[in-house]
Amino acid sequence: MSKRIMTVEDSTSLREMITFTLGEAGYEVAEAADGLDALAKLKGFKADLIITDLNMPNMNGIELTRSLRTDPGYKFAPIIFLTTESQLQKKQAAKEAGATGWIVKPFKPDQLLQVVRKVLG
Amino acid sequence: MEDRHIKAFKEESYDILGELEALLLELEENPRDAGLIDRVFGTMHTIKGSGAMFGFDAVSEFTHEIETVLDMVRDGILPVTSGLIRLTLSARDKILEMLDSGTQSLDEEALAIVAGFRKMVEVEEPEKKEETTAFPSGEPAVLNTYRILFKPRSDIFATGTNPLLLLAELRAMGESAIVVQTDAIPLLADYDPEACYVSWEIVLTTALDENAIRDVFIFIEDDCELIITRIFEHDPTMECENYRRLGEILLDRGELTPEVLETFLGRHKPLGEQLVEAKVVLPEKIEAALSEQEHVRQVLQRDRDRKASSLRVDAARLDSLVDLVGELVTVQARLSQKAAGGNDPELQLIAESVERLTEELRDNAMSIRMVPIGTLFSRFRRLVHDLAGELGKQVQIITEGAATELDKTVIDQLNEPLVHIIRNAIDHGIEPPSQREALGKSTKGTIYLAAEHAGASVVISISDDGAGLDPEKLKAKAVEKGIINQDDDLSDEECYALILRPGFSTSAEVTGVSGRGVGMDVVKRSIDSLRGTIGISSRPGQGMTVSLRLPLTLAIIDGLLVSIGQGLFVIPLSVIDECVELSRDEAARSRERSMMTFRGEALPYVSLRAALGIEGDPPDIEKVVLVNAMGKKTGFSVDQVIGQHQTVIKTLSRVYGNVEGISGATILGDGTVALILDVNQLVMAERSDSQRKSQIIGLRRAETVS
Repeated sequence: MSKRIMTVEDSTSLREMITFTLGEAGYEVAEAADGLDALAKLKGFKADLIITDLNMPNMNGIELTRSLRTDPGYKFAPIIFLTTESQLQKKQAAKEAGATGWIVKPFKPDQLLQVVRKVLG
Repeated sequence: MEDRHIKAFKEESYDILGELEALLLELEENPRDAGLIDRVFGTMHTIKGSGAMFGFDAVSEFTHEIETVLDMVRDGILPVTSGLIRLTLSARDKILEMLDSGTQSLDEEALAIVAGFRKMVEVEEPEKKEETTAFPSGEPAVLNTYRILFKPRSDIFATGTNPLLLLAELRAMGESAIVVQTDAIPLLADYDPEACYVSWEIVLTTALDENAIRDVFIFIEDDCELIITRIFEHDPTMECENYRRLGEILLDRGELTPEVLETFLGRHKPLGEQLVEAKVVLPEKIEAALSEQEHVRQVLQRDRDRKASSLRVDAARLDSLVDLVGELVTVQARLSQKAAGGNDPELQLIAESVERLTEELRDNAMSIRMVPIGTLFSRFRRLVHDLAGELGKQVQIITEGAATELDKTVIDQLNEPLVHIIRNAIDHGIEPPSQREALGKSTKGTIYLAAEHAGASVVISISDDGAGLDPEKLKAKAVEKGIINQDDDLSDEECYALILRPGFSTSAEVTGVSGRGVGMDVVKRSIDSLRGTIGISSRPGQGMTVSLRLPLTLAIIDGLLVSIGQGLFVIPLSVIDECVELSRDEAARSRERSMMTFRGEALPYVSLRAALGIEGDPPDIEKVVLVNAMGKKTGFSVDQVIGQHQTVIKTLSRVYGNVEGISGATILGDGTVALILDVNQLVMAERSDSQRKSQIIGLRRAETVS
């Protein structure tokens, strides 16, 4: 069975690009526009991996990560966040919140897949 | 990238640029508002990032220049001036224009803006360094062996990290030996199932450098202890010396001090055992050090092998060599028998030496004839391609275990059967693309060809993800063709086996590829002649698998010599589980029911005396040889178990070739002939026999009831 990935990103274009890339690679992908949206959707979609942006309205990626780590179903699930090179502090905060790894924006589809394979196996 | 993604990106960029305009105007009013500066920077950054992802490289490059300046503004190095705002606004307009035109280069105006920004910084942009790779690509990769100690923090799982995936990544980088260190696991009472207590010691030989290894652990570099040491550099041009001894490795790893080591050296017992006994070093640490030693030794050995040149030899010469070895084995058996019978210790010593040498010679001669099956597999790619094209289907072939070695004779005779099976799979199994799509399958069918060792045999399986076999349809067809009777009760497996019968063809129409009712029975005959067996499994709608189990070699096998009455027989050692004794009473009961109990398990029991029609009474104590054949244990009763015997297989002449239950013959040391039993056939015969019996019993019962 193909692995399921939830993409949490407020930018429509970036979200679509991620969905498209992962879909082409054979993953089943669901999308959410922000942290709150993701939490609601993750109840019905058991994701094997969550890819989330850090800066989002309503609930940001760090809060989302923290919240997921308290959920038994996602306590040990890999969570990847999208960051930029200048967001060093946030990167640290995201890791402390329990994130598994990160992808530095901008990235090419191949780089995305490489990281996804790294944490999903 | 699809158009709609680019469209979505553009639309989004327009929004962002609109926002940027508003932000800049606001910033002009409040030049010290740090929040506003952050947001301006953020929008630029987004455009730069997405621009690069969606192929607007010029936009990305252009924005990068502006971002550099804005970054300095954000850090308070540069002030917000009206000049900056003006320049940024014109840059924003330029970005909009570039997005619309989709240009891939910066025009004069853009360059002027860039120059404006640069002037603002008043620092010469340092020349971009040309990235140089450490290893020029033409040079052969240098192999290094690293010792990696990886100890994740105990709360590593809380970050969603799976250490096993990291190990898998390392394994993919080269050859590795991994030893897990379990000494930190606490007692059950103190055990937290969500914590990680183990660490790993990895020895990895790779062409990649240390940074590449560190990259594997990039996400958890702060959450683990990671020590990487280069322990060995391979120089293919150098004559390789032997790797360090255990004590040296332990010293190098810091597990021992030279003084302690000194006290243990020079004794008879292996060093590792001594150290563990004296509780100086943990057994896990010894194991890790030993595996390191073994790993490097293997890598060195391969270096040596690679250098050793190979020689092409005429196959016929090899065949005659093997024939001679066969003769030698027979003569050696005679010598051993003669020596054992006499009372000459010196002769016995000689006989033993000859026996040992013959065995080695035999194994050597056999290994010379072994060829990897990959040579055969590679031929099928073309076949699949051509056939699929001819039939208008899309088929890919995946092979596994190409390095599996088989006797050359076996490989040569395998080509035709495999071609038949693959043809069948493409023709009958895999559906046309349209049909597959309707079934929700990928339009491209897959044929999976795999070979693996299983004891003294090699199993080759050919699977497809096509329609599979329908037992009912097969049965109906077989009845129609008069191969079986309407009321024959067949299991699914027996139905599948029907396709191996002569004159059986299920395809509705005859195609140029297969379906003439010849093919699978030919396959069966060829595999039989190779002393192999065929197994078929299938899941309707999901495909079928044909597995061929073949002996490694056709010439010499290890067998168990047994006697029944005056007759001598050989049972291939590879299928034997064990030998047990049955008393006369037990034997009589077993014979009556064709079942025996063994360690509380009911097993089918075959009296070989009865099965082979040998006259006379069995001895008081009967020996039973338990064999594992056709996926099940079966007991074969014999009079005497004589012992292990190197069996040079001689095929039976054409007259006796079809005798069921016998697959060949061999000549013993004293010149007598022993027959080699075909265990699979005997088991199969027993099964259909017991089925018939149970049917008869069922009938009798039905009669009594009525």
